[in-house]
Amino acid sequence: MVRAKINNMPVTVDEGTSILDAAKQVQVKIPTLCKHPDLPPGAGCGLCIVKIKGSPKMLRACCTPLEENMDIITHDPEIVSVRRTVLELILSNHPNDCLQCGRNNNCELQSLVADFGIREESFQKFLPDCVKDDSTRTIVLDPQKCIRCGRCVKVCQEMQNVWALSFLERGFSTRISPAGDIKLADSPCIRCGQCSNHCPTGAIVELDETAKVWDALRNEDKYCVVQIAPAVRVAIGEAFGYPIGTNLTKKLYALLRRLGFKAVFDTNFGADVTIMEEGSEFIQRFAHGKGSLPLITSCCPGWVDFMEKFHPDMIDHFSSCKSPHEIVGVLSKTYYAQKKNIDPKKIYMVSIMPCTAKKNEIIRGEEMYASGSQDVDVALTTRELARMIKQAGIDFVNLPDEEPDQMLGDYTGAGVIFGATGGVMEAALRTAYYLLNGKNMDKLELNSIRGLDGVKVAEVPINGHKIRVAVAHGLNHVEYVLDQIRQAEKNGRELPYHFIEVMACLGGCVGGGGQPYGVTDELRLKRAAGIYQDDQGKEKRCSHENPFVQQLYREFLGKPLGEKSEHLLHTHYRALPVYVK
Amino acid sequence: MVKVENEMTKEIALLVAKWKDKEGNLIMILHELQNYYGYVPRPAALELSRALGTPLARIYEVITFYNFFKLEPPGKNIISLCLGTACYLKGAAILLNEIKNLLNVEEGHTTKDGLFQLDVVRCLGCCGLAPVVKINDKVYGKVEKSQIMGILSEYNENKADQ
Repeated sequence: MVRAKINNMPVTVDEGTSILDAAKQVQVKIPTLCKHPDLPPGAGCGLCIVKIKGSPKMLRACCTPLEENMDIITHDPEIVSVRRTVLELILSNHPNDCLQCGRNNNCELQSLVADFGIREESFQKFLPDCVKDDSTRTIVLDPQKCIRCGRCVKVCQEMQNVWALSFLERGFSTRISPAGDIKLADSPCIRCGQCSNHCPTGAIVELDETAKVWDALRNEDKYCVVQIAPAVRVAIGEAFGYPIGTNLTKKLYALLRRLGFKAVFDTNFGADVTIMEEGSEFIQRFAHGKGSLPLITSCCPGWVDFMEKFHPDMIDHFSSCKSPHEIVGVLSKTYYAQKKNIDPKKIYMVSIMPCTAKKNEIIRGEEMYASGSQDVDVALTTRELARMIKQAGIDFVNLPDEEPDQMLGDYTGAGVIFGATGGVMEAALRTAYYLLNGKNMDKLELNSIRGLDGVKVAEVPINGHKIRVAVAHGLNHVEYVLDQIRQAEKNGRELPYHFIEVMACLGGCVGGGGQPYGVTDELRLKRAAGIYQDDQGKEKRCSHENPFVQQLYREFLGKPLGEKSEHLLHTHYRALPVYVK
Repeated sequence: MVKVENEMTKEIALLVAKWKDKEGNLIMILHELQNYYGYVPRPAALELSRALGTPLARIYEVITFYNFFKLEPPGKNIISLCLGTACYLKGAAILLNEIKNLLNVEEGHTTKDGLFQLDVVRCLGCCGLAPVVKINDKVYGKVEKSQIMGILSEYNENKADQ
């Protein structure tokens, strides 16, 4: 332990704790624009400077560990004045178009400038010439708004191991860009959007597609339907002052009807169908030896993109099952349209997702048009939905609870836990156990694969077999698991795992790139807790028990992995070049 | 082209084998590549990324951090425009703009036709002649803006003769 003083207040912290973190113990907030709780310090912005009493030298609190007997001053007139100058210098390279910016009212730089009461431009403005890059059609990179804090580069390189973004050149010419100043769409970018979630300014934001949805809602020829992903319901409240992790499923149903959607579905229903298909796929591979093991989950489009670019040798291991929202999309334009006698061409499906990569997934291959037209017409992020609610003038907080539309709306506890890391695996094992044993597990919760450890493993005894599973989230944790498989295959050893779940984002979808800003591990856990609570409270907690899923197979699909299911609910994968250019 | 790329693959495999276990190998390999090609061609950087297991983004971070490394083939004629103190005071910045405008090229880059590469240097050691422009080995002293066009055209004519 280290004992020291911060602003004359005694603090005791673990060895290695930074001054920035230690100050929080005594309720002192040191401003920073480059340090993010998810990331190692970068010492980039220079705002977190502090002094040791009696020394004129300034230290960066983010990357300086507190030492025994240090006497730290975090705020005095000189320090505040230096911080103000740092902000003014950043502003001299930053456009003033806050009103039209994607981060207006939600920008860390804007907030600090407001807090410091900066009213004038003290330095001559110098804005580099650069063009926006919206080539990915999921995120928009506007290098002019970049303050070179380096968060996105660290996220892309270290957290996600994608290496699409880099710092090119140096000094005044420093810029964030893919190698060789190519477009992001030609780079390894997997559209996970974590860069947009960590950017302190509007330099990287999600591509706003709310206008498309408003147009469709106002178009009388369209029959607009909508679905919400599991992780959206426990995060949207953050935009309306709810405690983190509050589950607002039923308010969201009411809200979406108020916005003008004719039917409100739930992606969780699609998750239940995914489990029927993927669970059956697993049984086929595990018990009947058809297809290769381990089976790897494929509902995360960022992960699919990553695998197709970096690990195409794993294609045979991938579940061919589409992701839950694609399933609800295709079923809305086939099954639902048939039953309700609606022309499928008129149906306009909007997916509300915690994810930017979903914007790319909906056009990733011809199987995404299995209904005859694009199965999901547009994917909005949680952040875009929050803006729509506010524009519509709906008093969200005081809305009554409502139920979803039937057929594609009701879900089990297994469907909702898809939103947290480990959830897909847990849901799949609940149904796989049933399929192999003819009865449900005694204890449905698999606590060993919940939580935020990067790689989680478990051994589940089913019917005399031991099923070994692994769960990885945050793409930098994936390599380890894949290498274990490759090693075993190479040396002819027994496979380390039979079933692997991967989510591109840390924490799974609750920590998705399209979720509200300010994500930390604490926040991820609270959002996940909201999801597990939903599961706990459900009468039916296994996908195969969903009466509407049973009806779907009885009346429309036939059986899991049957001809119709294969055609509508499955896809295939292909190796992609890491760089297009 | 395929043949050229195969040669490149072999060349890079040799370089990687030579430097693989040595610290700071990326910079050393880039040096050798640049010595060989005169710049670091993108196919070579991509191949190096594969062979070394280093992301292309990191390779480009290194290439663009150091002035020495080039991403474009060198021009046929190298213009070295001096922005040292004496030349600067004598109006070298005006000459720089004139060259940029006439050739439509930025400093450190090569014209589209590959004829000229524009480099900015600090002091060529003949301050008495300021402002100084050097093209290849020929030094032009006390240059005025109006002379630039004529100086450049000497090299255009050379090309036409060939």
